[in-house]
Amino acid sequence: MTVYLDNAATSWPKPPGMMESMAEFNGRTGASPGRSGHRLSIEAGRTVEEARALTAELINARDSLRIAFTKNATEALNIVLLGLLKPGDHVITSDLEHNSVMRPLRLLESRGIEVSIAPCSAKGELDPEAVGPLIKKNTRLIVLAHASNVTGGILPVAEIGKLARERDVLFCVDAAQTAGAVPIDVEEMCIDFLAFSGHKSLYGPQGTGGLFVREGLEHELDFIMAGGTGSRSEEELHPDFMPDRFEAGTPNAIGIAGLGAGLRFLRDTGVSIIREKESRLIGALIEGLDEIEGVILYGPPAGAERVPVISCNVKGMGPSEVSQSLDEEFGVMTRPGLHCAPAAHRTIGTLPEGTLRLSPGYFNTMEDIWHALDALESIALTAWRRG
Amino acid sequence: MIGPHEYMVAIFKSVSHAMKAERILKERCVPFKLIPVPKHISSDCGVCIRFAADARPDVETALIGEVDIALIRPLV
Repeated sequence: MTVYLDNAATSWPKPPGMMESMAEFNGRTGASPGRSGHRLSIEAGRTVEEARALTAELINARDSLRIAFTKNATEALNIVLLGLLKPGDHVITSDLEHNSVMRPLRLLESRGIEVSIAPCSAKGELDPEAVGPLIKKNTRLIVLAHASNVTGGILPVAEIGKLARERDVLFCVDAAQTAGAVPIDVEEMCIDFLAFSGHKSLYGPQGTGGLFVREGLEHELDFIMAGGTGSRSEEELHPDFMPDRFEAGTPNAIGIAGLGAGLRFLRDTGVSIIREKESRLIGALIEGLDEIEGVILYGPPAGAERVPVISCNVKGMGPSEVSQSLDEEFGVMTRPGLHCAPAAHRTIGTLPEGTLRLSPGYFNTMEDIWHALDALESIALTAWRRG
Repeated sequence: MIGPHEYMVAIFKSVSHAMKAERILKERCVPFKLIPVPKHISSDCGVCIRFAADARPDVETALIGEVDIALIRPLV
């Protein structure tokens, strides 16, 4: 028996139809979207537009053209952070962020941008009240993960979005862990920029992601890449409009064809149905882990709003060893270490070793959870015997 | 003066815009055809929407507020 519990890195398996959609694109369409007027290029363009429209519907963006596709959430975050912030600007983030936010911010810090980090509790909870006092005259942006990829905890983006709007500060949300898994409404949550991953809870292939940009704000972002877009070809100046401004070069149309199939699966199944099943799986996993002697759990308490991600450790054994044993002896695939988010581990007190992360997905079963729990119980017993 | 059965074209900023326009016009059952942008109109490598002159009000009603039209003009 093998059990894949690494859906926070990338969802697997993908839904029925995803692979077929990519194969069909490759076999029957195959052309470059937006580059020529022939039938196959038009068909490729339709494929991309359908995925845009489905994404827009999912996040309640009124206009599909506000979505630019990127290769991943990291690229989308870089477009916002490197494109928006100038020396003398101030930016606020949390101490739970992934390196996709932290690394661009540290780079910007070396270029004269001021960075403030709102502290979270040791359980990875962010009090929205802690953010307001950090806002200064030169604060340009608040950038925040919607959910931590380490603790699974959901951060109060709606409250902070409202605060940002009231204080005339732009608000960027990293929805890598939440797009498709948790309802997102860019209007209600006052989100100006939303970076998302296509290959996690949108069920697309790796190499897909994107960025929502609120109307008018594309002009606030200097593009980080210029090139061919198929539009205004006579001009040597890069387009200033969405989505072309952030889509230089031939897009990953075959990946977007797969993403479209993932988005159709999501629309037909419903975010609430998926969330309900994933909540049952993660709930059972946390409850089971809590009962195993020698397992330490991190992150928000059981019952708190979360995505299906949990971090834990086994007393007396490093997370890498536990993960290796889970894989080799029990066929359970997990991720040990820092999960590209050292700041989050500093916050929950798990540096330098990190944690063992288990992240079930919609295609896991309760049997998978029981198998993983049995395996961890056995490993915890071995660790205890070893003393 | 253009006759009611002669063709007009709507040109967009990019193919992404044209694709969105196509989706909306299909949803609203407005008759049109997607064609390559004629070279005498623009040097863009994209596509545009061709429609009969008497369908112009339907095209405009469907697209205004949904997608920016760069230009509407007779095909010839």
